Amino acid sequence: MEPVIWLAKGETMAPNDGSWKRVFLSMNLFLTIVIDGLIEASWLFVVALGLTLVFGVLKILNIAHGGFYALGAYIAATVVTLFAAKGLPPALGFAAMLLAAAFVALAVGVMLERGLLKMFYGRDEVVLLLVTYAVFLLLEDITKLIWGVNPILATQPYELFGNVSFGKLFYVGYDLVLIPVAIASGLAVWFGLNRTVTGKIVSAVIHNPEISASMGVKINRIYAFAFAFGLMLAAFAGALTAPKISVQPGLSSDVIILSFAIVVIGGLGSVEGAAVGAILVGLARAASVHIFPQGELFVIYLIMAVVLMIRPEGLFQRETARRI
Amino acid sequence: MHTLSAHKGRIALAAAAAALTISTVPVSAQETFKLGIVTFLSGPAAESFGVPARNGATFTIDELNKGSVPAPHNKVGFGGMKIEPIIIDENGGATKQVQELRNLYQRDNVDAVLGYISSGDCLAVSPIAEELKKLLVLMDCGTPRIFEEAKYNYVFRTASHATMDNVALIRYMKAKNIKMETFSAINQDYAWGQDSRADFVAAAGQIFPNAKLGTDLLPKFGAGQYGTEISALVGAGSDVVYSSLWGGDLQAFVLQSAPRGLPKRSQLVFSAADHVLPALGDKMPDGTIIGARGAYGLMSRKSVLNDWFFPGFEKAIGAYPVQAAYRINQSILGLKNAIEKAMEKNGGKKPTTDEIVAAMTGSQWESPGGLIKMTLGDGHQATQPIGISRTKYNPEKKRVDLVDIQYFNAECVNPPPGIKSLDWIKGGMQGAKCE
Repeated sequence: MEPVIWLAKGETMAPNDGSWKRVFLSMNLFLTIVIDGLIEASWLFVVALGLTLVFGVLKILNIAHGGFYALGAYIAATVVTLFAAKGLPPALGFAAMLLAAAFVALAVGVMLERGLLKMFYGRDEVVLLLVTYAVFLLLEDITKLIWGVNPILATQPYELFGNVSFGKLFYVGYDLVLIPVAIASGLAVWFGLNRTVTGKIVSAVIHNPEISASMGVKINRIYAFAFAFGLMLAAFAGALTAPKISVQPGLSSDVIILSFAIVVIGGLGSVEGAAVGAILVGLARAASVHIFPQGELFVIYLIMAVVLMIRPEGLFQRETARRI
Repeated sequence: MHTLSAHKGRIALAAAAAALTISTVPVSAQETFKLGIVTFLSGPAAESFGVPARNGATFTIDELNKGSVPAPHNKVGFGGMKIEPIIIDENGGATKQVQELRNLYQRDNVDAVLGYISSGDCLAVSPIAEELKKLLVLMDCGTPRIFEEAKYNYVFRTASHATMDNVALIRYMKAKNIKMETFSAINQDYAWGQDSRADFVAAAGQIFPNAKLGTDLLPKFGAGQYGTEISALVGAGSDVVYSSLWGGDLQAFVLQSAPRGLPKRSQLVFSAADHVLPALGDKMPDGTIIGARGAYGLMSRKSVLNDWFFPGFEKAIGAYPVQAAYRINQSILGLKNAIEKAMEKNGGKKPTTDEIVAAMTGSQWESPGGLIKMTLGDGHQATQPIGISRTKYNPEKKRVDLVDIQYFNAECVNPPPGIKSLDWIKGGMQGAKCE
């Protein structure tokens, strides 16, 4: 029986082509899908990581996450432009843009949590969701006020890591660097949560804030830290993305929708879940673009729907005991 | 009572005489024409189209109000009436625009509304203007559907629709012997992207009958990241990659595809790319074939009107005019032409909406982008000439120049009256008159 061969568009195969050519062409397409999928998954994971962390600790579905992603992109673009104007090396601009975006998001995040969100703790989750939506809208207008509506191109760091070839395909090194960056970010968060004292305290707050508080944990500090750290990750992801896109208004809304899809698939609050969700979506989307482009958007929400049918709490959401 | 009646009669007589006098007297210098202008001031289309259009409108109106525009548009304002613009933001979606249009007519009492860039907005607001019997001049929107699927009396579009862009691209590629045995496409998944793709594929089928469509991608509008799409396009290795992407999406696509070797492997062909050239600079690959939706900007031809518009705009705004600035300029000049024609007929008084509509139907006028003729849609849809060219970065001027320009007259790249664009293309573009 003839094996099913998926050819990349443009690749042809005569009826008498040997099976080795068939295998090679299939492998070529498979490899392309895997690389594209992993690059996309890495980006999605870095974006979704902060969102799932904030939900895990504060039980807030933070719509403002997309706004901080855009803020990070704008700060990065500004820093890169400034460094380029002063003739400083792109590597320095790259490091500075990541640090600046992370620092601003961390500072604003703490102020936002202490100045606004804490007033709504204990209220219905929908109220908190609406508060973060309001922050999202405010951030959209604030970025317009500061940076205007014109797009900013800050591409210098995009050329920093050269190009890498896989067969007849070239990949930009910067895109490939996203993969180790995502792995490092995920491991750092996982290690921080599971292997450090602070992480254990955060885990205790996640499981039961009342008992944690009664044992002397300053849960307000944990909340502020977790919220700001989540937003810092969003801004970090925005900063990483800035050199490869045209930074302009409207960045935030698409990102927030995709991030929600990832964390819903993986399970709200689960770092491992976000990783698996991002890989599933990244690979499925890449496969769809290469094999069935019409289904590119549909496939993401198909995965989400299937997961929700089988495991409504998401793939990695732990069962929680009912409190009496 | 009698005295009172006689007095009333005299007053009535005097009032009637005054009314008669007013109705035949030409407009006074104090009379104004209130013009609602709708363009994107925020959102993804603002930088590429909306703000250049706003700048084009303010520059043109300032110049008209000063009477500084060359003949035949040298009368002050519209027939001596100063133009009073009210500019509003097109961002926010079609439902919002419908309400904003009603506000302009009914609350702000504008004499006409001119503008709109989004095809969706144009399709949504046109029936409202028709219902209110108010003048609406659409200055952009790519979709051919406005007058091909409906009939309007009070609505006009003063620029060609997207069919022209794609037919001209294909004719250019044939004239320049571009090899196109295979081609791939990447277009946004909404009206503009899908209509453009359909026109290009159909026109390719006529002029390059053996060309095969390979990878055919329709990413969502505003996707911004095209890594996987670029892999698919590079993998396809087609002779030509066609796209109607615009604005930030096009900039991102070019930025991401150039380092991955796509421009070296395939001839890039972009239907509406002039507006991204200033921002992209040397990132735009040399030799890319681009259209500008007209003979606009760096592809504009020398004429008295263009010698006024291009340098004047550049001096006033600090950047050279791209397609949206030209389109709104030709729209304002078209309205001016119709108003002044109507005033010639009615003895020089401010014309009514119906008088302007009658004058604008089937009219033609000179613009910096060439002669505009309202030949389609029963005289409500314009056709115009177009230029297509290749990019070449100029390191001395630090800008992208356009070289190897070829112009196509309106009758060569637009369908004749009475036939839908796609049917015309698929039928072999019968009746096209190419110079």
